[in-house]
Amino acid sequence: MRMPRNARAIAAAVAVALLVAAPFGLKPYGIYLLSLWAVMTIAAIGLNLTLGYAGQISLAQAAFVGIGAYTAALLTTQGWPLWSAFLLATGLCLVVGWLLGYPALRVQHHYLAFVTLSFATLVFLMLRNEEWLTKGVYGISGIPRPTLLGWSTKAPLDFYFFCLGVLALVSAAAWWLIRSPWGRAFTALRENPIRADSLGVDTRRYTLMAFAIGSALGGIAGVMYAPLVQFIEPTAFALNLSLNLLLMVMVGGSGYFLGPFLGAAVSVLLPEWLRFSEGLYLILYAMFVMILMAFCPSGLLGLAERLRKPSR
Amino acid sequence: MLLWQTSQTINFAQGEFVMLPAFFVLAAMKFGGLSFPLAILAGLALALLVLGLLFKRLVVDPIIRHGVLPLVISTVALAIFLKEGVKEFYAADAQAFPAAWATTNLALGPAVVSVQNLVIIAVAVAAVGLLQYFLGGTRTGRQMQATAQNPALARILGIPVERMILYTFLINAALVALASFLISPIYLAKFTNGETLGLVAFVAAIVGGFNQVRGAIVGGLLVGVIDNFVAAYWSSQYRAAIPLFLLIAVILFRPQGLLGRAEERTV
Amino acid sequence: MKAEWIGAVAGGMLALCAASAQAQQTVNMPIVIELSGAGAVSGTNFRDGAVIAIDEINAKGGILGRRISAPQSDTQSNPGVSRAQVQKAIDGNPYVILGPVFSGSVKVNMVLAQQAEVPQFTGAEAADITQMGNDYIFRTSFGQQMSMPKIANYIRDRLKAKSVAILWVNNDFGKGGRDTFSKEMAARNIKVIADVSTESGQVDFAADVVKIKGANADAIFVYTNEEESARFLREARKQGVKAPLIGETTLLGQKVIELAGEAANGAKGHVGLTVDAPIPAVQAFRDKFQKRFNYLPDHNGIKGYTAVYAVKHATEKIGSFDRKLLAKTMKGLTIKPEQEPGILMEATWDAKGDIDRISFLAEVVDGKQKIVTILPKLGK
Repeated sequence: MRMPRNARAIAAAVAVALLVAAPFGLKPYGIYLLSLWAVMTIAAIGLNLTLGYAGQISLAQAAFVGIGAYTAALLTTQGWPLWSAFLLATGLCLVVGWLLGYPALRVQHHYLAFVTLSFATLVFLMLRNEEWLTKGVYGISGIPRPTLLGWSTKAPLDFYFFCLGVLALVSAAAWWLIRSPWGRAFTALRENPIRADSLGVDTRRYTLMAFAIGSALGGIAGVMYAPLVQFIEPTAFALNLSLNLLLMVMVGGSGYFLGPFLGAAVSVLLPEWLRFSEGLYLILYAMFVMILMAFCPSGLLGLAERLRKPSR
Repeated sequence: MLLWQTSQTINFAQGEFVMLPAFFVLAAMKFGGLSFPLAILAGLALALLVLGLLFKRLVVDPIIRHGVLPLVISTVALAIFLKEGVKEFYAADAQAFPAAWATTNLALGPAVVSVQNLVIIAVAVAAVGLLQYFLGGTRTGRQMQATAQNPALARILGIPVERMILYTFLINAALVALASFLISPIYLAKFTNGETLGLVAFVAAIVGGFNQVRGAIVGGLLVGVIDNFVAAYWSSQYRAAIPLFLLIAVILFRPQGLLGRAEERTV
Repeated sequence: MKAEWIGAVAGGMLALCAASAQAQQTVNMPIVIELSGAGAVSGTNFRDGAVIAIDEINAKGGILGRRISAPQSDTQSNPGVSRAQVQKAIDGNPYVILGPVFSGSVKVNMVLAQQAEVPQFTGAEAADITQMGNDYIFRTSFGQQMSMPKIANYIRDRLKAKSVAILWVNNDFGKGGRDTFSKEMAARNIKVIADVSTESGQVDFAADVVKIKGANADAIFVYTNEEESARFLREARKQGVKAPLIGETTLLGQKVIELAGEAANGAKGHVGLTVDAPIPAVQAFRDKFQKRFNYLPDHNGIKGYTAVYAVKHATEKIGSFDRKLLAKTMKGLTIKPEQEPGILMEATWDAKGDIDRISFLAEVVDGKQKIVTILPKLGK
């Protein structure tokens, strides 16, 4: 299964080169989609930590994206720099995610799904109803794009590279995390919690941690989302986004490092590829997901892996 | 408020299941030229076939062996599929749905009660009574319960497990069809209705107890009543949050549901 | 491990698909509209109205000899998606953009159209859209700041109500209407004694009706989208609500009457645009629409139809395809049906992009919208 180290490095270099070259020759719309892909990938990486590595179903990821986006929108429209939003949103989501993890210690599977769902609904209602803070259904407009060390990211292309840069940092951090003892503990937790416990892994702490870190990445995605769209309102962070992120992780391949990248690409770019089908693309997408789940629940990357196996 | 979850798996498309039979009926009337009662029968038959048999064969059977998570995801996709399918091939806007009975009101002293609501309550109680009797009072029903609790043991005891599971799906389909016909005259038939309904169904099922038919009814009533009281006397802006809080409380403190007994109950 | 990388690289290559160039013999008027999600009904109406107008114009040789090409894209009733779609429309070098209808979406993407200096004809009615100093946004129907005073006068002068209850849908459309309406009520010394927020897509209105009924107001103002209005009307009839139900087009529209059935009878209010207007041109449009698409259009159908003809008229007046000049020409422009039959009713755009037209007081009688009074244009 293991590839030679240099082959993997070459593949990675090609992928990065493609991502850097991709926006040239694209119109602003194409660049916008790529930026959206980068942002969604960050949120999906976070969900993949909770779902794919720690095995907990969370329907609250959209809520964290929302918290991040509102933090960024509120701070930057008041003239604060974006990095302050990064700090605050990450910290906030870490804490809230940690707290939300507590029910996960008591209940599992679909019960947990509904606890997180309830939390997401509550966040949505607060974003909508607490008008003094969030401007309610009117949303917040005119969110500025950041300037980093004199480099203005106002133009679509510049902002895309900014997104790509953040994505690279997040990916590197996630890569390191999964390979660290923490990451192994997460996986042990998913595979066999009892054994993990008996091996001295503090299951409580690691479950909470998986939740907290996954949520924080959702917050980071939100901080990126706000200046990307430059307008946010509550419905963008409702249940639909959570379900969508869940589908992204599963379609790409949950528990695979690159799963979220691929899943987000399918979800964000699919409507473009299926343009010919006009209004039918969602139907086709849904059918595709159902068939994928029936034949290969480990997602596209699981499928690719399985296709490779017989040849070895 | 009248939905039941008899299968043990989580189904994110349950709300869409309730939405769909009403459209079967409308389609039967529009394209098949059937009269309303005939169309209801056709709708019921289609619901049994599609939401019972086909759902089990095409969606659940191939996936369940992979575990619960893929199935959950698949039902999420199924919900999108059904919703978009109705929108694309029938109509995107809400449709009026004929009522099978009078829409007049009865004046009982100062209170005004609509005949519609009375019929709904009567049908629901009758359906639950029947289901209770079927599950507890007949041989097939008891076999189904045994299957639900311990398929392996049931098989050893000579119960045709496969057929029992199929029955469960068919009953679920019949119930959603019934619910669909009951509420559509009031709620109108629209492709997005499932989103709202599915959530309520789950909350009701969990609050009442997943493995208890009676529990689901009590849960449904409780959620319905609390929801309406909150909206009427407190804050309608936060009404959606209240059933969910109830849900969290139940999950954390009484995961087996208010009426549900702990899992180790025996038949 | 390798398979993972291959998958990711393949995904990246597919992302490289680029949009193709636009042909030059046509004039590009993209329709960016709600074709799915909560706004699907309004959006589909708007689109179909626009499509009829475009086909009619193309059959007669187009605008200044150029055929209109109108690519459609779906905003999914989601502001984020609408932004992407408008960006895509702008990449295609459009002459104007038609849509969207949802105010939230318009607020996101009108900034883009402004930056690109593309005139945008929207179906949105939220009050603040034309108050942001955007020179490229034009309405195709009354904004809330125009329609609410008319309703307020109606409640004061005709109903002589001293108190009202408001039921509104908690999205930007409903909230905007409710805020504007409350202000108008305060200005007329009419008390708002119940203020009930409802959810978009809500199906059960029992509790809301209990609350409204308990308030015992002289009149009830209902400001929700069409389907919720119908559900509310049914529930109100069931619980025997007696006070007059007052609303806008979203309470008195044909779709609401069809859905609510008998329960819609007696609802009254102000309608800015209606296909039931006692104007032959409007009725002819209604019949044409119904014949082609097999359903009755609502006011959004008229919005889409007249928007296209407004662009045609203004362009022919200029004599060339100049976006900036078009935006300038639209300001203060009055189009009469004698000059341009497709406009259906005389319309005037002011400096902010707001539209002025005659409007109607209507009532639902025997399952039909009946026009009671015709209100003159505000500017007269």
